This record gives sequence, structure tokens and C-alpha cells, in this order.
Amino acid sequence: MANLAIIEAINLALHSEMARDPDVVVLGEDIGRNGGVFRATLGLLDTFGPERVIDTPLAETLVAAMSIGLSTQGIRPVAEVQFSGFLYPCVDQVVNHATRLRNRTRGRMSCPLVIRSPNWGGIHAPEHHSEALETTFAHMPGLRVVCPSNPARAYGLLLAAIRDPDPVIFLEPTRCYRLFKAPVEDNGAALPLDTAFVEREGGDITLVSWGATMHETRLAADALAEQGIAAEVIDVATLKPLDMDTILESVAKTGRCVIVQEAPRAGGWASEIAANIAEHGLLSLFAPVMRASGYDTIMPLARSEKVYIPDVARILREVRKVFEIAPKN
Amino acid sequence: MDPTPATTRIAQFDVCYTQFLDPQGRARGELPGFAADADEMRDMYRWLALTRAFDKKAVALQRTGRLGTYAACLGQEAIGVAIGKALRPEDIFMPAYREYAAQFLRGVPMQNILLYWGGDERGMAYPEGTPAHHDFPLSVPIGTHVPQAVGVAYAVRLRKQPRVVLASCGDGATSKGDFAEAVSSAKLWNLPLVFLVNNNQWAISVPRERQTGAQTLAQKAFAGGLPGEQVDGNDMIAVRHVLERAVERARAGGGPSLVEAITYRLHDHTTADDARRYRSEDEVKAAWERCPIKRLKAWLEGRSWWTDADEERLQAEGAARAEAAAQAFLTTPPEPPQAIFDHLYERLPSQFEWQREEVKSAGPKGDC
Ligand SMILES: [Mg+2]
Repeated sequence: MANLAIIEAINLALHSEMARDPDVVVLGEDIGRNGGVFRATLGLLDTFGPERVIDTPLAETLVAAMSIGLSTQGIRPVAEVQFSGFLYPCVDQVVNHATRLRNRTRGRMSCPLVIRSPNWGGIHAPEHHSEALETTFAHMPGLRVVCPSNPARAYGLLLAAIRDPDPVIFLEPTRCYRLFKAPVEDNGAALPLDTAFVEREGGDITLVSWGATMHETRLAADALAEQGIAAEVIDVATLKPLDMDTILESVAKTGRCVIVQEAPRAGGWASEIAANIAEHGLLSLFAPVMRASGYDTIMPLARSEKVYIPDVARILREVRKVFEIAPKN
Repeated sequence: MDPTPATTRIAQFDVCYTQFLDPQGRARGELPGFAADADEMRDMYRWLALTRAFDKKAVALQRTGRLGTYAACLGQEAIGVAIGKALRPEDIFMPAYREYAAQFLRGVPMQNILLYWGGDERGMAYPEGTPAHHDFPLSVPIGTHVPQAVGVAYAVRLRKQPRVVLASCGDGATSKGDFAEAVSSAKLWNLPLVFLVNNNQWAISVPRERQTGAQTLAQKAFAGGLPGEQVDGNDMIAVRHVLERAVERARAGGGPSLVEAITYRLHDHTTADDARRYRSEDEVKAAWERCPIKRLKAWLEGRSWWTDADEERLQAEGAARAEAAAQAFLTTPPEPPQAIFDHLYERLPSQFEWQREEVKSAGPKGDC
């Protein structure tokens, strides 16, 4: 079992699945000769050739549309869009076509495609390279939105996304790409989609997050442990469809919940989770569900991105509010 | 002193325009081979007439409150028939939404088109065992399916299949980036792909000359490195000939091309539109003189390949088929309400089961 960074785990999953399934192709800008701007597709061109590793023109609508066309013919396209800020030209294709084709043909056609994109900020990138787009897609019926947060999940969830018969938006945590390494077994085993992962058990408070802010959430749980507070940490992993059962089960145990999201606050996925807890778990709560989130601002440029991104202190502040209302016995 | 500019001549272009029959149905020179086949020519005429009968019925259904908004193909039938004739069963057709004749020829039952505009997704479930079963459904967001054709054609090429992909769109679609991205990229992989621009002169209220400063839509192909040409889209013989040539060139490995078929939208944009607000009656009257059906009929009659009795029989067949389609549509019960969940994903995630159950137990709602 190799110790891999998230970006290496993604690369490994692509190699593994392309070797296993000749119908898998990858496409996108600079993904061939250059191996992708983050090197997610490194080595694929040499191993699988230019027919299956397609360097596309600089046209994001085309990348999404080609993926749709390929997927209708039984090809399994895995497209890369260089940064999620450049996913906007794909929204028309994904929402008006990829999510709808199965439904509008009553099952005659389908779009088993994956669009991968680095998402969220924190790497001091230029403008438009740090946005949080998960809610834009999670709102859309017929789609799966998957956000891995560690190397093993990046590997196993990407395999699952490629094998899934429906369209998947796969948003990768840019700032965690090379942040840490963890064991990944290249066993070709997919992890379950539509399922949240309880990655740390605890009885005092439930911390829920996904993607890049899982890192800050883990650090917050560490800090709480030093204060004698046992946080249960849940990685939502698949935002749509949302596994509320796992979250509700945890909240029933802890009675306290803070949801951490980097995206702007209003109408974010934390709101959806909080609304579901209010509907189905209110009576097990000792305190209101709190959100540690990005602000309702434009994602700032590099100098101010730390002002925006929820850090450990912001998470702990929300946790403190919860314990002020409902102290630990 | 100005420096002498260095100029490289990359290309000069001419745009070819093909017409075999003048508006009176008189042949202008030698005709392509298929025109010598009386049965084939009568069959093409038959599909033109059946499509017009269908179109008339659909508009009548809408006007009497039994069909939703409908986009008529009046005057543009020859383009649809030409697509249907030019493609082989294994080819893949990606329509916009006025090429009903092509869809009929490829096996879409007329009632499916009525079901679609009548508000029922099953209208896009084209029957198994027909070429249409692997075709795309009609596409309303203008031009958005055109770049998808690049992916479809790439898949065909990847699999080394002898198939051709034909994507049709309107004159308005050529103004969109989607169209530009598709035309710009298709030659990169020498794809077996034909772009058909159905230039009916109008994008709702905006005339062709307000879409672009380019003199023709066909020339948009040249910047992408592919051939582009114009054809009289109301000349059944010409539009079939030009499309067949483009399709077979693509099949033979000659790569993608673009055909601009010039026609005229005789009807309003849809039944929800009133074209009198933005175009003159005189213009429409003049366009009727170029009607493709009238033209082919005159030519057939000139060759003594068509009689009044034939016409009477065909008109009766058209009326009967359109009526049968209308009845099939009107008597199709709506889907059970929970069907809105049943093709959302291959398998409905358990997260949405309760919504499906709620809809199911609430029972049918709304109109049928
Ligand atoms: Mg038009």
C-alpha cells in the first residue's frame, strides 16, 4: 500500500480505471502532453495514447458537450476543467442536457460522464481560480456531486464516479492536493457514492463538512479533543444525493452540530443540511445548528483569501456558541 | 515611412450554391442519379406531403386547445426529407426541432411528436428497432446539442464504425458560441460529422441579416478548416444531393462539413408567436412561391410521374395518418405521477424514495 497525496490518488484511479475499462477516456485542456495543470493526468497519454487521452481546444462548453456526446455512445468520459471557476460555461450543457437526457428520453439514452475540477481556494491562485461551486450543481436534479477529502476517498470515489451510470460532478480540494499523504491501496475497489463517512467518532458534538474544509474541521476536532470535547467528524463526500441518515444518527447521539462550508453562506449546502436536521432531528438537539462558512462576498483575491475561508478559529467560535447554549454536562 | 506589410494568402473562398429545380419545378441542367428513379422521387414527394398534413393537424390541435405550444415546419419539409434520405439507418441524427420529416423517415411515430409538444416525455422515447432509437431527441435550447455532436462523432471514430453523425440547427444557432466551438473543433479529429444549418431566415423575430455580418452562414465552416456550402433547401433534389454528398464524404473519411440549406419559415415561430408583428405579408406571400412541395409536384407532373388521382390518394393518406396520430396522442393516458422520478437516475437513490411515495399516494393531478 502506497502513501499518496490526493492528487496522486486521483492519478492512480485514472490509470487503474483506464487499464481496467477500455471505454474510459479522459479529455480536457492540457491534460495530455502536459499531464494536467495539477498533474492529475500525468502519464496517461504515454500509457493510453492520444485517442483515449484527448487534449481539447480551449473551450469549456465543448469539453462538457463532448463528454455528453461520448457518454451517450457508451464511452465513459472523465473530463477535467482546470479550475471550478471555469465550470460556468459547462453549466448549460450539464443542467440542460446531461442531467436530463435519461429522463427526457424515458431511459432510452443516458450520460454516464464525470467532470472533475479543482474547487475552493487557499492556493494564492489568480482571480477565478478559487471559487466554491458545489451548491450550483448540488441544486440540480439528476446529478451526483462528489467531493473527496482524503487520498483513499479520492481514489475510491473517483472509481465509483466513473462507473456510475449517471452524470457526476467531482470537485477536488485544490489546497489539499499535496497537503498530506495517506495509504491508498490500488485494488480497483470503488467506495460507495451517496454515503457520508463518519471518520472520527465522538459523543459531544457533530462536525459536518466536505472537500477542502474537511482539513480545518479535522484540526478543529483535534483542538476540541485537547479541551476534553469529543467531536464526531462526518465527511459528507456525496453532496447530492445527500446521506442525511448518517448525519441525523450522529446528531441524535451528540445533540449538537456545526456545519462547515467554504462556499458563500446564503443558500449553501450547509443550509440544506441544517434544514433537514431541523425537520428530522430537532428534538434531539440541545442547541441550534450553527454554520461556519464563507461570507456572502465575491471570493477575494489571494491577499485576502484567508479572510474569507473558514479557518479553525471560525469553526471553534461556532462550536463555542453551541456549548454556551448547551454546556457539556 | 510605413513598413511594407508582409501578407500571406491563407485562403480565398467562394460559396457554392446548389439548385436543380427552379421555383416552377423546371430542371436546370442535369439531375443527380436518384432523380431517375420514379418510385424514389414519388416517395420523397409522399413524405413531404405527409409531413405537411401532420404539421397542419398539429397546428389545428393547438388552436383547439388540445396541444401545447407547437413549432411548425411549414415550408421546410424538404430539408427533413433530405436528411431522412441521406442518412443510413446506423447513422446518428441530432435534430433541432423542425426536422420532423427526418424523424418520421427514421421511425419516429407521428404521435410521438404530438406527445412531446403535448407535454409528455414519452414523446422522446423513440421505438426500439428503428434508426430513431439511437438518435437524439429534439433539442430546444438553441444550438446546445451541436457541440455534443463532436463527442458523438468522436465516439464513432474511436470505435472505427462506418457511421456518420448529422446535427441540424437553425440560422439563429450559428450566432452561439456552442456552434462556433463545434465547427472550430470538428476538423481537429477529422470527424464523420455533418453540420446542417436550416436557414429559415428568421429566429423568432430577428431576420437572418441581423444575426451576423457574414455574407453567408456556410462560410463559418471555412475558419474551422472544413468545407461549407449553400443549397436551396426548398429544392428537394438539390438538398438531398448535397446532403448525401456531405454524408458519404464523412463516411469515406473525408471529414466534417457544413451545409447551409436556405429555406423560409412560412409559419409563425411557434403557435405562441404572431409573425405579423415583425414581417410583411408580402414577404411571406413571395416565399410561398418557393414552396418545396409545389415545386417537386410540378416537376413530377412534368415527367408524367404524378397524376391527380395519385394526389387525391396521397392527400387522403396524409389526412388519415395525421388523424390517426392525433387520436393515438389524445387517447394516450398520462403517465402515473411517480413517473417523474423513474428516469431521473438509473436507479432512484433511496434519498428520494419518500418524495416518489408522496407523489404516488397523492395520485394523478393536472391535465391529461
Ligand atoms: Mg431560424
